Amino acid sequence: MSGKPAASGARRRAASDGRLASLLLFLPPALLLFTVFVVLPIGEAAWYSGFNWNGFGSPTRWIGFDNYRFVFDSRGFGTAFRNNLLIIAVSLVIQLPLALTLALMLADKFRGSVALRMLFFLPYVLAEVATGLIFSFIYDGNYGLLASIYRTFGAEAPHLLASTQTSMLAILVVVVWKYFGFHMMLFIAALQGMDRNLVEAARIDGASRWQVLRYVVIPLLYPTIRLSVFFAVVGSLQLFDLVMPLTRGGPADSSNTMVSFLYIHGVSRMRVGYGSAIGVILFVICVTFAITYKRWFMRDE
Amino acid sequence: MRFLTRLALAAAGLTLAAGAAAAQTTVRWLHVEQNPAQVKVWEEVARRFEAKNAGVKVEMQFLENEAYKAKLPTLLQSRDRPHILYSWAGGVLKAQVDAGVLEDITKSVGAYKDNLSAGAVEAFTVDGKLYGLPHNVSQVGFMYNKDLFAKANLDGGAIKTWDDLLAAVKTLKAAGVTPIAVGGQDKWPLHFYWTHLAVRLGGKPAFEAALKGQNGGFEGETFQKAGELMKQLVDLEPFQNGFLGFKNQQALGFFGDGKAAMNLAISHQSTTQRALAADKKGIAEDRLGWFDFPVPAGAKGRPSDTLGGVNGWIITKGAPKEAVEFVKFFISDEVQRELAKQNFIIPTFKGAEAALSAAFMQNVARNIAASQYHQNFYDQDLGPSVGRVVNDATAEIAGGSMTPKQAAKAIQDAFKQGN
Repeated sequence: MSGKPAASGARRRAASDGRLASLLLFLPPALLLFTVFVVLPIGEAAWYSGFNWNGFGSPTRWIGFDNYRFVFDSRGFGTAFRNNLLIIAVSLVIQLPLALTLALMLADKFRGSVALRMLFFLPYVLAEVATGLIFSFIYDGNYGLLASIYRTFGAEAPHLLASTQTSMLAILVVVVWKYFGFHMMLFIAALQGMDRNLVEAARIDGASRWQVLRYVVIPLLYPTIRLSVFFAVVGSLQLFDLVMPLTRGGPADSSNTMVSFLYIHGVSRMRVGYGSAIGVILFVICVTFAITYKRWFMRDE
Repeated sequence: MRFLTRLALAAAGLTLAAGAAAAQTTVRWLHVEQNPAQVKVWEEVARRFEAKNAGVKVEMQFLENEAYKAKLPTLLQSRDRPHILYSWAGGVLKAQVDAGVLEDITKSVGAYKDNLSAGAVEAFTVDGKLYGLPHNVSQVGFMYNKDLFAKANLDGGAIKTWDDLLAAVKTLKAAGVTPIAVGGQDKWPLHFYWTHLAVRLGGKPAFEAALKGQNGGFEGETFQKAGELMKQLVDLEPFQNGFLGFKNQQALGFFGDGKAAMNLAISHQSTTQRALAADKKGIAEDRLGWFDFPVPAGAKGRPSDTLGGVNGWIITKGAPKEAVEFVKFFISDEVQRELAKQNFIIPTFKGAEAALSAAFMQNVARNIAASQYHQNFYDQDLGPSVGRVVNDATAEIAGGSMTPKQAAKAIQDAFKQGN
């Protein structure tokens, strides 16, 4: 009987050797790529953020933390930050519940359910820039779809994208329209992978539909919901390519997100240091969120 | 035709004479011109130059305007940068010179520059050294639709003062006509108002003082007043509905469709409005009027002062000497006349403006020739970051989200932060 532990020890050693080999084989390229394409650029951005630099030549005018001060002093960045929070809120409060409701309705097979699913998923497949362009035509107050709807009622169409009051609202509608299908698909996949016996059992025990939903289905969906929330928040923080074709952050910086603000004020104005400072701030926000979220909500996975 | 044949023969002769041993030099030339008709002429010019200069190849490259501006810093520092680049002169040019990426062509151009309009050449001179040559100039002014003006019983030619303009806006509105089309989303069309008011109010001295930080810089009286006068206009709601969502192209099309009476435009946009109109015809030459930017009360600038662009070609560091030769050829009397004849540009070669065929453009050319102070667009002149803040701030005045005072302060703050 003494041979058995020895054999399993050998097997374990073999396994760990294999792991070491694969580690040696696969880690260096990944580490190299990660360093070159992630760590170095971040370090570089942090370095540039200390300069007043217009992108020509090499940076020479060191101004310390002034760029960060400029960022926090600017009205536009405050608005952009608030807009990001707004997008997160709308994603969590409107988009995810909508996706969940539709998923619950479409998870079971019935005539047309697949077609409906595809229909709802379609906006997600469309490229962001294309979506933005399409909606900028829809919203156009003179020639757009919206304008012609207004006209059939004899009313003058509003120019949603041209007013500081409504531009962000108009973008939020597009955001929900574009991404709800993606979350719906996640939920459907989770629902289909779910153990149906549990639902059956609850039914037999006399639970109402609502009770089944509340105490069985949704708890079973928690892992997916947590993932969805994570995607929604990180995606919202990085929203950029819908904003550019729709409003370019305008009018008067009212519909910027942090990333579009970075692009417009940092890149296209060639204030590389300033843009880098925004980038670093954004990076810190994203990483802080990701770590906190992982620690607090995704502990089990 | 015979001329071309002779050219071809000459070219063939030259090629033979130079022999196959002649080293092949490629001149890389990057432009942002979007008008295909004009680009076609340029192509022909390049081929003609090649025919005259054996062993030289001119390679034309294109980038869209905004993409070009965004890529410029990287482009200039790359190893295989183009030799000839499109430029709006101004603060951006100074930044490029400071970074040492441009070639000093003072010697290689020599006395040739005396053939060109001195003011335009000046725009490409930094600290007494020449870095490029001007290719065309333009003026900002009001183009107007004569039919819509007639409908409101107005004479566009009679608008001379700022108050005249405000009165005209009121009359047009009363007659049910949208007074002004503007592409507010692009912002720079709105900055024309503020900048031109400042040019009128303070003239050259005010701008130069502001650059030195005197008189309160861009927060000073002249610039605040410019904002206040602009606000007077904005308060009349003269622009088309949703103007803050219009790109300049859309606004030009809107004007071309006859839906608004005026557009504060760059001179060559008189032809662009036709291409962008729904019927591709737009407003015909004889129905299109022009008046210079009106003069506000108490203006210290001369009424003949102009606001506009000076565009040209800069030579990058290490470019072959053929690049300069090509630019000289491109801005020769012959080529400039050819482009002027089709009203593509207001030429910089002295006398070439005689070839302009449209009365509209002839008028603008006369204005520029008579001007003693031709101010380059502020958003170019003040460099990329300050210039764009000028655009932002004026768009905010127009949108009502900034007071003239706040706008002036924002610009001065940006100026203090520098590039």
